[in-house]
Amino acid sequence: MLYREAGQFKTTYAADQQLFPIRQDRIGMAILLAVVFVGVPVAAATPALAGMIDFNYWFSGVLIPFLIFSLAALGLNILTGYAGQLSLGSAAFMAVGAFAAYNFELRVPGMPMLASFILAGVVAALIGIVFGLPSLRIKGFYLAVATLAAQFFVVWALTKFGWLSNYSSSGVITAQKLVVFGYAVDTPVKRYLLVLAIVSVMALAAKNMVRSSIGRAWMAVRDMDVAAEVVGIPMVKTKLLAFAISSFYCGVAGALYAFAYLGTVEPAGFELELSFRILFMIIIGGVGSILGSFLGAGFIVLLPIFMDLSAASIERSFGLALPAGLVSNLTLILFGALIVFFLVVEPLGLARLWQIAKEKLRLWPFPH
Amino acid sequence: MTAGRKIGRPILEIDGVSLAFGGVVALQGVSFDVREHEIRAIIGPNGAGKSSMLNVINGVYHPQQGTVAFKGRRRRNVDPHEAAQQGIARTFQNIALFRGMTVLDNIMTGRNLKMKSNFLQQAVYWGAAKREELEHRAKVEAVIDFLEIQHIRKTPVGRLPYGLQKRVELARALAAEPELLLLDEPMAGMNLEEKQDMSRFVLDVNDQMGTSIVLIEHDMSVVMDLSDRVVVLDYGRKIADGTPDEVRNNRGVIDAYLGVAH
Repeated sequence: MLYREAGQFKTTYAADQQLFPIRQDRIGMAILLAVVFVGVPVAAATPALAGMIDFNYWFSGVLIPFLIFSLAALGLNILTGYAGQLSLGSAAFMAVGAFAAYNFELRVPGMPMLASFILAGVVAALIGIVFGLPSLRIKGFYLAVATLAAQFFVVWALTKFGWLSNYSSSGVITAQKLVVFGYAVDTPVKRYLLVLAIVSVMALAAKNMVRSSIGRAWMAVRDMDVAAEVVGIPMVKTKLLAFAISSFYCGVAGALYAFAYLGTVEPAGFELELSFRILFMIIIGGVGSILGSFLGAGFIVLLPIFMDLSAASIERSFGLALPAGLVSNLTLILFGALIVFFLVVEPLGLARLWQIAKEKLRLWPFPH
Repeated sequence: MTAGRKIGRPILEIDGVSLAFGGVVALQGVSFDVREHEIRAIIGPNGAGKSSMLNVINGVYHPQQGTVAFKGRRRRNVDPHEAAQQGIARTFQNIALFRGMTVLDNIMTGRNLKMKSNFLQQAVYWGAAKREELEHRAKVEAVIDFLEIQHIRKTPVGRLPYGLQKRVELARALAAEPELLLLDEPMAGMNLEEKQDMSRFVLDVNDQMGTSIVLIEHDMSVVMDLSDRVVVLDYGRKIADGTPDEVRNNRGVIDAYLGVAH
């Protein structure tokens, strides 16, 4: 009953084209931003709550990886969901971002941290363009195989060329200390806020791009490339830009993965399996949806935690000891089942379910 | 036809175009022209090469011989993208809309060529990029009004019935403000009312916007009523060219359509 747009007339195209045309959505978004930027850190600083909840675990173990994976999923969604170019190289571009940021910090004295994140994204974008070149001739499944080349080549190169990891054994790098504008980002809550700010800004930029002419060009190429060419959309530029921007997002996500989440990474950490995880995120969350990237990442990060917690409570309440590895295997089975379920039942994922719920809500409680 | 309309000099000249796919000859030495503000129909039996002709005009196919001159610029090979830049827009025989996008977004893609802001400006969505988006939205809304599809502007095109999809495709072509509009069977599969509506739109476009139109159509009454001149193709050759009345009485055309006694 509350979610109604009745009486909200739009008298200008600007009002009709704004980010959230429905007032309730704007209010909801403002509340969400207030909670995540102010509410959560304040709660963490409140001693009464801090005694009950392990905030450091929630920040470092849940929220930060959730945000970083959202960013990587967003990058893949730009390429696969919007521009329709299937890619299995997301983890490779994350690796490029992580190692590039490390090298910029290592080799350029006095390099500002944010600048090396941006440059890391740019390096990933350039490599993305190179591996995007096959997309000009092949598409679909064959293109996915071509992006696999990126995946294997990058991991191989990072292990093979010692210079890239400053000659550490097996390519392990330890990220430098996070310092932003001379301000040390050394506690989980500070890292959370930094990652949150970067992800928010980049999500907004992605949303803006997909509702502008470049986004329409991507979707046109995705939906029917011949017609896109006939209406005058330049194929080469549109596809390569999709690869570049997607890889930029993955690159920044990779830099944050190394600097704000793990601290120590190695090339083997960016294997094909990580690319698949990111692909699963957008399949479950919603292909071609900004919101879906977040929902999918949230789902995949939270599901194992939820499974662990429920297994622990089952063990406690029934007094059993479940075999080791059972829970993690069950989690994998559940992932597989869910991916099949979503592909069959709702190919547009959780984001589409959310949209349907909103449409229902507009009519609730009188659907006629 | 409307009285105030002036047919001018040739805007498109096709000269000796031949096109073959391996051993299959689609077009053989076809020449004709289209004048400014004219509605030019291409007719012919199935497989006569009509759609191939349109594909040659807007650069989807590259002919082995012959040239196409648009606005005096003679060329053999042109990309579809360049043709669009020069002011050629088209619709397709089998609807080629972007199915995942709304009607409004589909029509907006018709104006992508005219949008100048780069992706960085668009990512910020402030100043020039936002202004440009609103200007083009206003232009697109004018097309939406013209084709009377206001009520479906936010609907994904995949959910629309066939007749409306055809109209949205015309809207996308018109949004580019073309000088030459290629319509590939705009009335195929429509009922009488839909054909009447579409005919009215084609005449209005020609009349009010002054667009030259090349039209492929199988419904002879539509062709005869709408077009100023008709080209008839059969097995890739031009067999007749003239006003609807001349073509109607041409022996070769009657033979091509009805067959010849052996």
